[in-house]
Amino acid sequence: MSLTSTGAANPFGALSANGTESVQRFSRSPKPDPGDLGGELLEVSMGPHHPSTHGVFRMDVVLDGETVVKLKPVFGYLHRNHEKIAENTSYLGSMPYTDRLDYLCSMTNNWAYALSVEKLAGLQVPERAQYIRVITAELTRLLNHTCLIGFLLQDMGALGTPMMYAFREREKILDLFESLSGARMMCNYMRFGGCRCELPKHWLEQARQVVEDFPHFLDEFEALLTGNEILLARSQGVGVLPKDLAINASITGPMLRAAGVGYDIRKVDNYGIYERFEFRVPIGAHGDVFDRYMVRVLEMRESLGILRKALTDIPEGPIMDPKSKLRGFKPKAGEAYGRIEGPKGELGFYLISDGSANPFRYRVRPPSLINLTVLEDMCLGHNVADVVIILGSVDIVLGEVDR
Amino acid sequence: MLSLDQIKLRIEQAVPGARVELVPNGALADQASLWLDAAHAVECARFLRETPDLSFDYASNVTGVDWPDTTVKTKVKKVVEGQETDVEESVVKPGFLEAVYHLYSMTRKHGPLVIRLRTANRTDSVRLPSFTPVWRGAEFQEREIFDLFGIVFDGHPDLRRLLMWDGFQDHPMRKDYVEPDDYEYEPTPHDEVLEKAQSRAAKEANA
Amino acid sequence: MDEGLRNELSKAGVFTTSLSELYNWGQKNSLWPLQFGLACCAIEMIAASMARFDIARFGAEVFRPSPRQADLMIVAGTVTKKMAPQVVRLYNQMPEPKFVIAMGACAISGGPFKQGYNVLKGIDRYIPVDVHIPGCPPRPEALLHALMTLQKKIEEQSLTGINRPRQMDPNQTGEFPIPTFGAHDLEPPSNPEVWRPIKIDRGS
Repeated sequence: MSLTSTGAANPFGALSANGTESVQRFSRSPKPDPGDLGGELLEVSMGPHHPSTHGVFRMDVVLDGETVVKLKPVFGYLHRNHEKIAENTSYLGSMPYTDRLDYLCSMTNNWAYALSVEKLAGLQVPERAQYIRVITAELTRLLNHTCLIGFLLQDMGALGTPMMYAFREREKILDLFESLSGARMMCNYMRFGGCRCELPKHWLEQARQVVEDFPHFLDEFEALLTGNEILLARSQGVGVLPKDLAINASITGPMLRAAGVGYDIRKVDNYGIYERFEFRVPIGAHGDVFDRYMVRVLEMRESLGILRKALTDIPEGPIMDPKSKLRGFKPKAGEAYGRIEGPKGELGFYLISDGSANPFRYRVRPPSLINLTVLEDMCLGHNVADVVIILGSVDIVLGEVDR
Repeated sequence: MLSLDQIKLRIEQAVPGARVELVPNGALADQASLWLDAAHAVECARFLRETPDLSFDYASNVTGVDWPDTTVKTKVKKVVEGQETDVEESVVKPGFLEAVYHLYSMTRKHGPLVIRLRTANRTDSVRLPSFTPVWRGAEFQEREIFDLFGIVFDGHPDLRRLLMWDGFQDHPMRKDYVEPDDYEYEPTPHDEVLEKAQSRAAKEANA
Repeated sequence: MDEGLRNELSKAGVFTTSLSELYNWGQKNSLWPLQFGLACCAIEMIAASMARFDIARFGAEVFRPSPRQADLMIVAGTVTKKMAPQVVRLYNQMPEPKFVIAMGACAISGGPFKQGYNVLKGIDRYIPVDVHIPGCPPRPEALLHALMTLQKKIEEQSLTGINRPRQMDPNQTGEFPIPTFGAHDLEPPSNPEVWRPIKIDRGS
């Protein structure tokens, strides 16, 4: 594991500075080949009601003994017709629906949609709103990665404990979001050309406190997990994703970076004001489940750096573009594709306007769905119990997979 | 990244016979798109992916668009009974289905290049070549287009419905799709829901 | 039993109860929910089971992955038409006594997604629901409130007479027909035995 740097050294703990090479690699003895035992293949339908499929996801698995020989994901059990509904409502009317796409990260969903509409309508976002967006998006990243690690450990059999820790931290961030937007999960906070409302009094101090406390939690979490022999044994060398396949299959987000490709849209597109922050992009070396876990932990530490700077630098000023209209919003005919680096990968919105109040075509590019393209490739040859972990490490949310 | 005109020229040089057309974008000038003809599309796609200075190795967003039939009304001067008058003539422009691909390059970190494929019409000739053999990332998204728009992708390894169940017969994202009438009791409906509730009530009263 | 006598006895250290009180008391304090999340509300359901809201205070922290061991189905999220047959099947597989909480706007009526072609407009079209929680998503406190409402409902049920619970009545069944996938919609679109909407006059 390595970190691509943008210049300034970011002092980390010993573990992160030289990456996973300092973590012992678990050596796995090759699976003994039992030869042809003349057994039959067994077809198992995992899901849509299954405790470890992270929602209503289904996999049709064909097993030879306990080894996976074929795996076909089946989607659509949470297909809520987001795109069709959005084409029948106004541009702003879709904003609350974006919250419910990836329901763990409503803020980044808002941002991706607002960004696309701003491109379409040519709106500018004021400085203060840009900072608020960065702060809320990075808090969302913390929230998503923490929960994901909790779920992943739950899948590995650590019932309860990591989840309890993860959700304790989640509640702290949700409290911030609630005082900001009025809702815990479904924030519906961003608007085209800015943000909906000004920060409440003392919000920045509260946020600073959360950011200040978070590294302690992360250290505690890592002390519990990273280096834990069971976690190493279950995750290292499991679900390896080769670099070429990852690029060809349009994998994005932490999964792509764990496979060794340094592609972070925050760096590539420099959307918002990300060029003002110095942060490094963690890159994995092996592309296995452990690297995906580790990349997320390191990403959280980088996010904390961005948050600290953003919370200090945030200027006073307006939070809405005065050109932006809430009512009678009709962008001129044309199309736009806007994308951001969501916690799960590239979240994009593709909009075609025909000049009316409703979008003619509204499309969400769901990172969770596309990251599942390689699920079969990663699972073949592994045991059923590993399938659960590999799926957990992909980080899917069904609201986004099926939309 | 090269400009779209240059890319168009390069494709035409590299793939003989390929017809490439520039589709302008009214809102965002740098996201104009290239319309490839279906017959040479896969060859063009391979060229875009494999040429080192283009290397569009990452098909990010793949989606369908339904352009329904439109009626264009034009005024034509005609001589009717010896007098020259303006007569309105309506011409039906046939609609088509479209597949849109947003390509980026992960190695060269540029993009997006938007390419479009169009079917001949919306009813019987809805086949397009699949880009899944070139970019595997298109696999599920092309299945989704097949499911929701009804474009049949030739060369797709596993073309099945993605979101709806297998026995489902419609393509719900098409503009003329009529959804099942299953609205329930609602005390204060408005807009389309009110219309639907009223038509339902009228139907029940007649029955 | 006379309330006064009962008080006197309890002062003397004698605890008296009736069979139905004992039965209801046991049932209401060990509701084991089915570990069954559909959409956004499931995250709030998980949050309710975590340390801050702590559903264990009400005896309902034992989320069972198997319907055979569960008493309570929390329909947490949007039920799509593709998922509806599975939800009904899971409900049928639960042993009596069983209860249903419809959590969130989607499970009640389709909620914000009610205009969707693949969204079931309320799970009460196919299975009977005991408690509805509004909200999108409801806060964990709302789920706790729903649980307390359900406990009150259980506490007040009488084991005999016309209002006795379903499992005490040999003429009633706890299983409901599972809808099948049709060409355009589920068949049937609702179960008229369970779902009886109020008719209102809409004019024309």
